Amino acid sequence: MKKRLVLFIPLVLFLVMGVFLYKGLFLNPQQLDSALEGKPIPAFQLERLEDSNEIITNESLKGQVSLLNVWATWCPSCKYEHPYLMRLARQNILPIYGINYRDERALAVRELTREGDPYTKNIFDHDGRLGLDLGVYGAPESYLVDHNGIIRFRYAGPIDMRVWKETLYPMIQELQAEAKAVGAS
Amino acid sequence: MKAIFAVVSALLLSVALMTSAVATPVDTYEFKSVDNQKRALDLAHSLRCPQCQNQNLIDSNSPVAQDLRLEVYQMVDAGKADAEIIEFMTSRYGEFVLYKPKMEAKTYVLWLGPIGLLLIGLMIGFVFVRKQRISNVVEQDISAEDQAELDKLLKRDGK
Repeated sequence: MKKRLVLFIPLVLFLVMGVFLYKGLFLNPQQLDSALEGKPIPAFQLERLEDSNEIITNESLKGQVSLLNVWATWCPSCKYEHPYLMRLARQNILPIYGINYRDERALAVRELTREGDPYTKNIFDHDGRLGLDLGVYGAPESYLVDHNGIIRFRYAGPIDMRVWKETLYPMIQELQAEAKAVGAS
Repeated sequence: MKAIFAVVSALLLSVALMTSAVATPVDTYEFKSVDNQKRALDLAHSLRCPQCQNQNLIDSNSPVAQDLRLEVYQMVDAGKADAEIIEFMTSRYGEFVLYKPKMEAKTYVLWLGPIGLLLIGLMIGFVFVRKQRISNVVEQDISAEDQAELDKLLKRDGK
């Protein structure tokens, strides 16, 4: 009897491997967990895209749950994402800060005036330093930041209805409830 | 013989080509010293591009890899230690960028797993061979009568 059971070991091993490999089929290797989740936004001091006299710092983003959206005019997926961001902006759920990443100011401003501007403010990250500190590896990327300025979630890729409804919006509601509990807006 | 020689020399040649093709940095960055250059290139070879995933920082031409490569070069020239530079990268891009994962609790399986599997394999092999040997011995265990007969036959053939 014991010998019989031993003969089943290869089958069991095969099944275990099969389950792992099957699960692996549905993992997206392009979706990396951000190393910055749970950490504060890296310190920065950058010009506002629309107005070079206005300086935005990491402190400016505290006090409110916000969405940081990394974009650029050279990025096709950002154009795909743009209409949905416009919709979100109209719903006025939370401030959306744009990080204009490795881009030219004139081009970016022109694009926003022509296509519409979903952003509360745009941070002009011309040399990509903030992007590097954030661990950006491609645009678009979006960061959910809580009222203490802590990065809570990173989504790499264009936001669409599905991502918004299934992932981002529930998290935002949670974070906003958290913020409300301690009295921040 | 000639064919074998041809195959072997082709293999050697391709290996030689492979190693020489690895050392081709694209950028024109001026290092402070040759030592710095060597250290920076070694380091950049050991880091994975977060965007194109199956290339290291030297091989990849994506903007992110260019930035990170330059960052590595500058940090090396600024006299930063390897550990510091690796910490800089992993704190931003995660453990993912390391081709050689760190040895820590969650990577023990990764590092020690193969050794464990090898040991298990050796153990199974050992047990298997021993069993086989024992059973062979049993088979050879013939009666004294048969042995006598066999000796007689062998003797006859030996003549």
